[in-house]
Formats: sequence, C-alpha cells, structure tokens
Amino acid sequence: MKLREIAHSRTGDKGNISNISLIAFKEEDYEVIKEKVTEAIVKEWFKDIVQGEVVRYELPNLNAFNFVMYGALGGGVTKSLTQDMHGKSLSSKLLDLEI
Amino acid sequence: MKSIKIGSGAGYSDDRLEPALDIIRHGSVDYIVFECLAERTIAIAQQRKMKNSDKGYDSLLEYRMEQVLPLCVENKVKVVTNMGAANPEAAAKMIKQIAENQGLHNLKIAAVTGDDVFSEIGRYQDKTLLENNKQIQDLGASIVSANAYIGAKGIVQALEAGADIVITGRAADPSLFLAPMIFEFGWSFEDADLLGKGTIGGHLMECGAQITGGYFADPGYKDVPELWNVGFPIMEVDEKGEYQISKLEDAGGLVSLATVKEQLLYEIHDPANYLTPDVIADFTNVQVEEVANDVVKVFGGSGKSKTGLLKTSIGYKEGYIAEAEVSYGGAGAVARAQLAKTIIEKRLAAQNIEAIEMRYDFIGLNSLYGNALASTQEAPEARLRVAARTDDELIAKAIVREVESLYTNGPAGGGGIRSNIKEIVSIGSILIPEADTDINVSYWEVI
Repeated sequence: MKLREIAHSRTGDKGNISNISLIAFKEEDYEVIKEKVTEAIVKEWFKDIVQGEVVRYELPNLNAFNFVMYGALGGGVTKSLTQDMHGKSLSSKLLDLEI
Repeated sequence: MKSIKIGSGAGYSDDRLEPALDIIRHGSVDYIVFECLAERTIAIAQQRKMKNSDKGYDSLLEYRMEQVLPLCVENKVKVVTNMGAANPEAAAKMIKQIAENQGLHNLKIAAVTGDDVFSEIGRYQDKTLLENNKQIQDLGASIVSANAYIGAKGIVQALEAGADIVITGRAADPSLFLAPMIFEFGWSFEDADLLGKGTIGGHLMECGAQITGGYFADPGYKDVPELWNVGFPIMEVDEKGEYQISKLEDAGGLVSLATVKEQLLYEIHDPANYLTPDVIADFTNVQVEEVANDVVKVFGGSGKSKTGLLKTSIGYKEGYIAEAEVSYGGAGAVARAQLAKTIIEKRLAAQNIEAIEMRYDFIGLNSLYGNALASTQEAPEARLRVAARTDDELIAKAIVREVESLYTNGPAGGGGIRSNIKEIVSIGSILIPEADTDINVSYWEVI
C-alpha cells in the first residue's frame, strides 16, 4: 500500500530547509505511520535530494507528523538550480512511499 | 463575549484579487489583511526604491487599492497590509492619492516603518548568516537590503490612533492578523498565551486560499468543490483567542480538518517553538473541530515569551541563473535528449565555459525527484533542461546560446527551446536585538 491511501501531506520552504507535513486521514493510522515512516526511511527515500538530516516532530493532537529536512532545496530557494526550487512537489512523492 | 471577523485578502504578492473583493462585499468582516511579502520580495522592492525613491512598494498596490478602497469605505472594513514592502510611506501617499482621486472622504492611512535596518548594516559586520555562515563583511557591496521582521506593535499603535488603513514593510506575516486582535480585545503584549493563540490564527490565515482548498486538491483522494472559484478564508476570533475558520458560502473550495491541519503545519519547523517577533507560539496542543460545513474551530494553542531577537533578512546579489530547455518527442525521445546533454557538456568544455554549478534535468523523467526516484527511462516526450549558476553574465549568455543552437547543431527534432537569465538576489538571516529597531508610525489623512 502506498502512504497516499492513509495520509495527506503538504510541503513548505524556508531557505534551504523543506518541511513536509504528513497527516493521517484516520486517527487509527497515526501509530502505523509513526512506526513505518521514520526519519531514516524519509532520508533514504529522498537521498538524491536531501543533503542534511531529517527531523521528525510528532503531533498526536492532529494525527500528524512534521518532517524537517535540512539541505533539501538545492542551496536555497533563491539560488537553487532545481526545477522546483521551493520543493512544492516533494509532498506528493512522500505519499508515493510504499508501506 | 466580544469577537471580530478578519478576512484574508492575499496570501502572496501576486495573489488573485477577486476573492478579496467578495469578502469585503459579503463577508461582514471588520478587517481585511493583505499578506504580500515573501522573504525575497522585499529585497527586490528595495532595488526598485534605489532606482526611484517614490517606489519600492508592492507593484500591485495601485491595482488592488483602486478596487479595495471604495468597497472598504462602503462596508466599513479596515485594511492591514505589508504591501509597503521597502517603502511604506510612499505606499501610504499613493493610497491617499488614489482615495482623493476617487472622491473618498474621512480616511486615515498609517505607515509603519522601522523594519529597514539597511543603513545600520555597519553594526553587523561581524555577524554571519544563519543559513550558510557567510560573514556580513564578506558580502560587502553585494548586499541590497536588510529588513528586520517586526511585530504587531506598530500596527496596534496605528489602529489605536484611528487608522483605517495600516501599511507596513517587513512585518511578520502572522503579526498582521494578531495586531487587530490585540487592539480590539485589549490584549497585553506580555500575555504570551493569548499572543500565541492569535499568532497561530494569523499563521493559518496568512496564505490565503491555502486553507480553503488551494494547494490541496488531489482528485479521488482530496476533492475540492469548485476550486476554480476558490474563496479566501475568514476567521471569527473571540477575546479568549479561540476562532473559527470559514469561507463565504458562495465561494468555491472547502474548509475542513484536513485543509486546516495542512496549513497549520505549513512552513513550520519545531511545532513547540514557532518564533515570531511577538511571541514563541506553541502548536503542540492545538485542537481542531469541524463545527459546521466549511467551518472549523481551532483552540488550545499557547505561547511563551518572545526571544527579544528579530530575524533580519539580508538580501544580497549572488550572480546569475541561466536556464534553457529543449524538447524531443516520439521514438527515441529520451536518447536524443541525452545526446543533446552530452553535446552541451562537450561544447562548454571545449570552450572552457565553466559555471559555479550546473545541472541537467530530463523533465518528465527525473527533474523533480532525481534519478533514485525516476520511474522510467522511456517516455513519449522528453525535455532537457540545462541550468547553470555563475557570477559572470557573459557565461550565462554563452550557456544559453549553446542550448539555443541545438536547433541546427543538435539531435533530430529538437523543438520548443525557451531560455532565460535572471540575476540572483539571495536571502540570508541574522538575529538582531529588538532594541536596534525604531518603530515609527506616520499618518496621511483624506479629509
């Protein structure tokens, strides 16, 4: 199953840092995501993109997680040579993750 | 219990205007807030001001205000906006002129200044940018702007003085929404809990349609009704700092738990410590509850006392980005795009044309997620994208020319070449003591 079936997501940018929210549609899937979508998994998934560390914050009050990915935006939005300099499209790819 | 209604009028500098006008006409709002200033926008505005001291405010200011002013007067709606960008005073003068041209009366316009610390840059020569450790003194003459994120205080002062329209430069986005709450409810600047709640509300509202169904739709998974007609959000906030987010009934889009949660976590890092000039907001106990169709109640956020340090955006020139693209289609499209890439690489090398950084993408294959996540090596069409960063505009031009000359000197059937060269204005941050800024409010009256 792809993550997309149980969660939704949005990407934000600040300088060279990208953050991706990952929000369970249903409360009962929060624990599944907590176990399966770790910092290490996300770092490995985006290994071509994220140069620095990935930090996961847990928000059980919202059935959500916030992944903060350092060095993820090609040096920063202003000087990045990437096609999608804000990393807006990263959330959709996270949801492609097979769990 | 007292409550007020605040509408969002814009979520970024070039945002759509129609949803804002609808809210002013039909939303029964007390305030409308236009958030129009991204990190980089102010540095670019500063360059416009350097060329012409009467400019440097948002380039859509006149377009927006010509339509917004008469409606706001008619419906008794106050405006708070950071459309002043690099020049709030010039913006206020322009608004006064527009109001007078339209025959409007009894309007008080306030300009909040003090965020611009460019003239003080000498004091910060030893500081390094938080993002990349570059020292301010090494950036030297490449620096084009320095703007501290200021908080709600100047705006509150303007509202207390009876301003109908408050225009700022680099005020923090949530502060634009927090200020009317502080003013209307008489909140103390020391009450971190209320300031935290209000800041979280401002954060939810600051990106316009991103909480009403924009940047959200994913057909079959997250459907959004009438997205083409998406409305901007309206918040009704009470004096305890609890609020409901909604939209106009006739507007497209939706307000749901999902849209609110996505926006709540948008562009935040540590949810327990969201730093603004006013407060450290804490999102960890925020609760959301759908109380009616397209109405979501938000409560439970909190805050801690502000740091006393202001994030200050330093804008500096950092060379050029050259981009050029060419498409190949049909059988062997990817192979020809790859051949084109090899040709460009060899031709640049043969002429010793070197950029600081170069990148080749195959749009449709690997341009968004890199090779590790590319799913196919064959496609009905492939578009080679060549991007380069360089300090030298001539090198940027040479690289673009090499891609353009693929028409006659490259693989078969290459078409649709587009290219552009842009100057890079980068943004880095330093922290400065709040006391280094001198907040001032000046007024223009339309009698």
